[in-house]
Order: sequence, then structure tokens, then C-alpha cells
Amino acid sequence: MSYHLKTLTQLRAGLASRAFSARELTVSFLNRMAAHDGGLNSFITQTPEQALLAADLADKRLAAGETGPLLGIPYAHKDIFCTAGVRTTCASKMLGNWVAPYDASVHQKLAAAGAVMLGKTNMDEFAMGSSNENSAFGAVKNPWDHTAVPGGSSGGSAAAVAARLVPIATGSDTGGSIRQPAAYCGITGIKPTYGRVSRFGMIAYASSLDQGGVLGVSAADCAVMLQAMAGHDARDSTSAPVPVPDYVAQLNQPMAGLRIGVPRQWFTQGLSVSVAARIDDALLELEALGATRVAIDLPDAPLALAAYYLIAPAEASSNLSRFDGVRFGHRCADPQDLNDLYERSRSEGFGAEVQRRILIGTYALSAGYYDAFYVRAQRARRQIAAHFASAFAHCDVIAGPVAPNVAFDLGAHSKDPATMYLEDIYTIPVNLAGLPGMSIPVGFAGGRPVGMQLIGPAFTESRLLSVAHHYQQHTDWHQQIPNAYREDVV
Amino acid sequence: MSSHAGWEAVIGLEIHTQLATQSKIFSGAATAFGAEPNSQACAVDLGLPGVLPVLNAEAVRMAALFGLAVGAHVALESTFDRKNYFYPDLPKGYQISQLAQPIVSGGAVVIAVGEGDKAVQKTIHLTRAHLEEDAGKSLHEDFAGATGIDLNRAGTPLIEIVSEPEMSSAAEAVAYARKIHAMVQYLGICDGNMQEGSFRVDANVSVRRRGDTQLGTRTEVKNVNSFRFLERAIDYEINRQIELIEDGGRVQQQTRLYDPNKDETRMMRTKEAADDYRYFPDPDLLPVIIKPETLEAWRASLPELPDAKAARYQAHYGLSAYDSSVLTSAKQTAAYFEQTLAAMGKAGDAKLVANWVTGTLAAQLNKEGLEISLSPVPADLLAQLLLRVVDNTLSNKLAKEVFDAVWAGEGTPDGIIEARGLKQITDTGAIEAMVGAILAEHPDKVAEYRAGKDKLFGFFVGLVMKAAKGKANPQQLNDVLKSSLGSCGEEGGV
Repeated sequence: MSYHLKTLTQLRAGLASRAFSARELTVSFLNRMAAHDGGLNSFITQTPEQALLAADLADKRLAAGETGPLLGIPYAHKDIFCTAGVRTTCASKMLGNWVAPYDASVHQKLAAAGAVMLGKTNMDEFAMGSSNENSAFGAVKNPWDHTAVPGGSSGGSAAAVAARLVPIATGSDTGGSIRQPAAYCGITGIKPTYGRVSRFGMIAYASSLDQGGVLGVSAADCAVMLQAMAGHDARDSTSAPVPVPDYVAQLNQPMAGLRIGVPRQWFTQGLSVSVAARIDDALLELEALGATRVAIDLPDAPLALAAYYLIAPAEASSNLSRFDGVRFGHRCADPQDLNDLYERSRSEGFGAEVQRRILIGTYALSAGYYDAFYVRAQRARRQIAAHFASAFAHCDVIAGPVAPNVAFDLGAHSKDPATMYLEDIYTIPVNLAGLPGMSIPVGFAGGRPVGMQLIGPAFTESRLLSVAHHYQQHTDWHQQIPNAYREDVV
Repeated sequence: MSSHAGWEAVIGLEIHTQLATQSKIFSGAATAFGAEPNSQACAVDLGLPGVLPVLNAEAVRMAALFGLAVGAHVALESTFDRKNYFYPDLPKGYQISQLAQPIVSGGAVVIAVGEGDKAVQKTIHLTRAHLEEDAGKSLHEDFAGATGIDLNRAGTPLIEIVSEPEMSSAAEAVAYARKIHAMVQYLGICDGNMQEGSFRVDANVSVRRRGDTQLGTRTEVKNVNSFRFLERAIDYEINRQIELIEDGGRVQQQTRLYDPNKDETRMMRTKEAADDYRYFPDPDLLPVIIKPETLEAWRASLPELPDAKAARYQAHYGLSAYDSSVLTSAKQTAAYFEQTLAAMGKAGDAKLVANWVTGTLAAQLNKEGLEISLSPVPADLLAQLLLRVVDNTLSNKLAKEVFDAVWAGEGTPDGIIEARGLKQITDTGAIEAMVGAILAEHPDKVAEYRAGKDKLFGFFVGLVMKAAKGKANPQQLNDVLKSSLGSCGEEGGV
């Protein structure tokens, strides 16, 4: 039946017409997962039994005449979302087999919509990383090239969707963790406006930057998924009490007259020539669809990188203090005293990158450094937001690269975290300003996918999705599937 | 302290006041005291991964009420910060508090320094009062070398009320703490229970030679769960510091625990190097915004506070300044006074009630260590008793006897008067008959009296009172006896 080649809309139609059941659909994707994930390592936890139960429940609801865009649709969760009854690891030895006694708000919503979770995907530990190599459960491979990283931190979700092990997956994005792996894996990803999707039950990395979102094949699929996830949540004080528009209905907003801002500074230093060329091709395509290109100034990318690597670790150092070996998670053997319990539990439980960021953050918040680091970083953050606001006076959407390069080789940056941090230079400013951003596939360079980033003012997800949708109506980059994953699994 | 002339103490208090909300400051868990360990701690209180705090608006209202009551600035926008430190009873590894922009800053209360009507007023200024969450409790007993943790208290809303270092004796510190204690109870924002930790006072104490302008090194005294212990702990600490310096030593910046059994403070930890709590704004919480009209509505809702009530007692009831301040020093005492007076109706006598509440009742409560709200003689029964005093049914002496009987649970005042036949004899005819009988029995003594032996008057009073089983109205007895002795003398002279 090649379910893995269908859009969510097609799957919904098939389920509604009873052409196939949710169980058949689920079994088909479980088979793909069983056949392929051994090589990819995109899942930390697979939940076939729960998936079949959920599928049967969906079939009952479908049989009762119920219909819904996600009813019976398989998906995967990044393993940062808490799920009662299924362990949540954040790819850390620290959490190990910890099982949350509650569901993340996002999970509650998806479960209520009847979506069928197939498992929880690999990621960089506590969402800290850009390659998915910082996982206690091992690195994830890029389906397009097993010697390449899938990007991170939502690398497992990106790889699973790229290999069509699931039609769609959740992710989280603190500095680019949805957009960059989506770009590296040749799929579509959206990081909504900060506050659009509840953070309740999404394990915190950097609270003022974290935002849940979607990785899927197309903008249209992402619109369906985001619709179910978005909205105000009384359990998250920072979630926005802003009405959620009908993203699917608004996919066909007119392109004519749309002003696309292209930041001059993003196309000068450090950007791969071939990535720049693919983005230029995409911009030409959008112009052909009626949009106009406007040069804008966003001079702050290097500043944003510096600010991010102070603010995010500062918040992380505090957020991760609760992992102390006292109440849950990893606890060292035979602690001699309280300090020994803390030191060894945390040294054993956290990986190197997490420890590095906790130390950076602790330092940045320390007396005598706080003003020089944290306070200045917050000032820089306000300046970055102000520059975006000025830019949006001249354009409706900003387009540019997601990352300076295509996916790099596994192990290429593992000795040098600073070069790894540069991967996020175009995505981080968006998180600092709290804006929505997307990544859409726009071609290949050296056999690896290239992504283009679209950025909008706060709460303009529907416009971003619409621009991406128009582009995808006229191109087929998003429909490309790595050779090894194209065929049906029987 | 008399041995330490030439020294002065400088004291500031930090008072952690648990707010009387139904649920915790950032979660929906209940705040009741005394539940099974960890039965009132939800995922938020446990600091589980992924959970988020949601501010309890009632805690904000209560904190604002306190600020309004002490004439402080109540910030229309305040913010929460994280105070980071590791401790097993601090589940998140940080406490959500307010550092940079507290909800309440400034304000002052007036205390009375000195005893009775010689007391003088002194204003103690507040630095700030900020909202924060309480930590859990570490239980060191019953776990054989390990430590138990009860997180029921974790997340209970607190305001930490910080005074300026403006008190110069333990007595002043106690007066200030009592004043704040009264205020929060008047406002209904704290149950004030010091034993259960609802109202926890830490004292920062330093000493310096009189005339010095620089502050000495201070210590922080914790674990003081009554006003009596607060006074003793501060006195102990002042003496300890003075003796230490006079012996050539140096006060170290320390946190010290008061041990009521040994009546001493002892070192808990040194604070020579300032703790680095790495405060920063909590990114999980938005600024707390209070609309100006909301603040005005809260201001209008303020109850009558102790100072205003005391002034009213003086002006309206003619009570002394001292009695007024004693009666209003605790909300329940004032309520008891007012209830008693009201229950007496038109016959109510404020001075009489004040005397009984601050005298007999207070002494008895104090003796048995009872709160006035638990008095075995409730306000309506005291009122009934005092009505019998006002209408001369009971002498003061008999009234005390009846009071003791009511206290002992023997019934109502009227019931006890009836049962014991304590009703005063006020029938002049009956008293005259008794006087006449006694005088007739003692003609020789009557003659001696009439011959000028005035002292015998008391002898006759005693005999008549004995015959009346103590129930004769003393004034009437005096009058009758005087006139009878006089008339007898006249008769005798005939």
C-alpha cells in the first residue's frame, strides 16, 4: 500500500473511507521501524504494543463515525516529552528508565486527537547538541548518508521521518534543534513562536528558548500536526493566550506581493557556496510565484551566538539542578555523604556536553560575572529582537540558510565544540527573539540535503506554512526519499 | 545586660510568614499542616522533570495586603528569581523567590518599648517583603543514619519580611515580632502558629561599643519557635558576642541555632565567604502584574488593624493606652474582649471587661499556657459572670470563685451561683436582722466599741459575714452595722 509515500491528508482519507484500518497503517510503519531502525538508531524506545492498542482504539472511534485529522495517524515523540507509562530519557543516563507520572500537554492533545505513538526518538542529551552524537543511547545516522550526522538535537525525529519510519514526529527547538536536523535530513520542520505550544511536560533545557514543534514531510503535514499541538495551556505560564488560526485552511494564502527579506549579512562569511546557490534557486522559485525579494539587515548573528551560549547554559545549569540523585533518576552506588551523592550521581549521569554547559552556565551566573555575562547577554537579546522588528517593517517573511553547510560527517566536530556551535548561527537569533521559524528542503549539495529557513513575526506560523506550501506545490524536494528507504517493507 | 554597660546591640529580623492559602504558591497541592509525609506534594512540588510553576493569585493578594497594612510600596510589577543551591529538601535545586523586584518594599510598624504606661513608641522600618516558596523538611530522626525528606511543606507560599537593623534589645525585637505577628493575623493571611512553623523568626544580631558608627559582624540566629525563646536567644547571643570581644576574640559571621533546652545558641555554619546563590530571573514565570484598581480594592478591604483598634478603645471606651495595646496585641484577644462586651448588652462595662481580660483571664491562660481562643471560659460565659458583678449579685471575691469553677468546667456562672447558693444577700431587712442578732449576742463588745474601741468594727463585720456565709453585700453590711452601732449607742445613752 506504500503508506509511507502518502501525505497525512491522504492517510486520513483512507482511514475515513475504511480503505485501510488504523491497525494496518500502524503495523505497516512498525514494520518499517523494525526493518530500518537498527541501522539508523533513530528511536530510543519503541512502543509497538501500546501503538497497536492506540490503533485499535482509533479504529473503534473511526467505526463510530468519528473523524479527525490525526485519528489513527502514527507518529513519534522526541524523547523529551513526558509520557505516563512510557519511559522518558532525554537521551540521558541520568534519567535512565524514569517514567513520568503524567503526560506532557502536547502528548495529551495528540492522544486526545487519536494519534498513535510508535515510540520515542533519539536526541542529543537534554537537547544539547547539533549532531545527535551527544546521546547516551548512541549517535543517530543520517538516512541520506550513514556516515553523516542527522543534525540535532531532534536528530532521531528527523531521521525517522526522512526514512519514513513514521509519517510525522514532534521535536523541540531551543537554538535550531528542529530546523537544523530537518535541513540535514531533507524534511520540513517548524519551530513555532515561543509560547505557541505548551512546554508543560517537555523537559526543560533553556526555558526562555525551548519550544515544541513538528518535523514532517511537508508543510501541509506539519500544519495538521501543529494544529493539534498549539494553544494556550494554563499549566505553562509562558504559553500565549493567543487564538490558534486554522493552519490547514490558510495554507493557500496568496503569494502575490509577498515581500521576502533576505539578510545581507547571512550570505557573506562562512556560508557554503553550494548551500547559498540552492537557497538562491529557491528564492527564484518563490519570486516566480509572485513574491518579491528585499535585502534586509540582520547584523547580529555572531552576537546572538555569544548571547545564546550564555543564556541557554545559564538556564540549563539551574533547570538541571533537580537531577541530584535524591528523588529520581540516576543515583551513584554507596554515597559516602551528601556531597558525594551529588557529585558522583551527576558526574556519572550527565554526558560531557551537558556537563560543559552546566559549568558554563554556573560560571555565567556567578557573583562577579553575572553582570558581565548574563545581563549583557540579555541586553544583546533585546537588541536582536529589535533588529528583527525593524526588518519586518520591510518584509513579511525572512528567508535564509538554516545552517552554513549540509550535514557533516559523524565525529567531524566532536573534538571541537566551538565549531559545532557555529552550526546554529542562523537559527539561534530566531529563538532569542521568540519568533517562528521553518526549514524546508530546497535541494542537495554533494548528495546531502540543503534546507532553507523561513522566519516570520510572532504568531505568523500560518504565513510561513503557506509560503512553504506554495513552494512545495511547485517543487518535489520534500518528496525525495533516500534510496534505501523508498521501497515498501513487507 | 547591666554588666555590659558601654555596649549596644543592633538587631534586624527576617520573618518567614506562611500564607494561609488553600493551595501552594506554584501548584495545586494542599497546604494543610500535619499530613502524612509527602502526601501533599504533587509533581510540581517534587520538582519532577518537565513540570512548570503556575502562580497562585491568592498569595499575591495576601502579600499585597501586608504591604498595604504596613504602609509600604506595593509594586504593580514584581518578578520572580531563582535562588540556586543544592539541598535534599529543595527539590528543584533552586528556590523561587523575589530578589530584584520584590512585591513589597519599605513600610514601618510602631512598637512600644518599655513596660506599662511608661512605654515609649519606636518606629521600626521594613526593608522589604517578598514572595517565595518554602522548602521541604529534612527529618534526621528515625532513619538510622539516613535522612528522611518530607516535601509536604515544599512550595508553601511565604512572605519573607525583612526589617531594617533598628532594634537594640531582645525586648524590642520581641515587640516588633509580636507586632508583625498581630498584623498578619489581623489581615487573615497567616495562622501565626509558631510551633508549626507558620511564623518563623530569624534574628540578625551584632554588637558594638556605644558611640561606634560602624556595625559589628553579625550572626544569624535561627530555630526560634516562640517569642520567649526569641528573647532568650537574642539575649544569649548579645552576651556571647560582648564577652567574646571583651576576651579579645572576634565575632565570626555565622548561622547559629538556638537550643531551648540548653538556652544557648550554637554554630550551624560559618558564612565567612558569602554564599553565591546565582540568582537570575525565573524564565518559567511572567512578571506579577497588579492592576492599580485591584490594589485599591484590596486597600479598601483592609480590616481594622491593631493601632487603629487601640486608638478606638482609648477614645471610645476610655481605656488606658496600656490596656488598649494589650487587648489589641493579638487579634483573638481583641475579638474576645469585643465579644464579651457585646454579650453584656446595655450593662456592658468596658473597663470591667478590660480588667478581667487583661487580669484574671490573662493570668490563668498564661499559667496553663493556653491561647485565648481555647479559653475554658469563653467570652459569652465571662459576660454572664460580669453581668452578675455589675448587678451586685456577686462580689469581686465571689466572682473569682465562680470564674474558677467555670474554668474547671462546672457549668455556667448562673448555674454555679445557683448550685452553690452564692447569691449575694442584698436584702437590707435580712442584713439588719443578722446585725441585730450578732449585736444582741455581744453586748460587752458593743459597749467597748461605743466607749471608743473603733477597731471592733471589723470584729462585728467578720461575725455577720460568717453568719451570712460570706454572701452579705459588704457595702450594705457596713452601712447597716454603722447605723446599728450608732443607734444602739444612742439607745444605750438614754
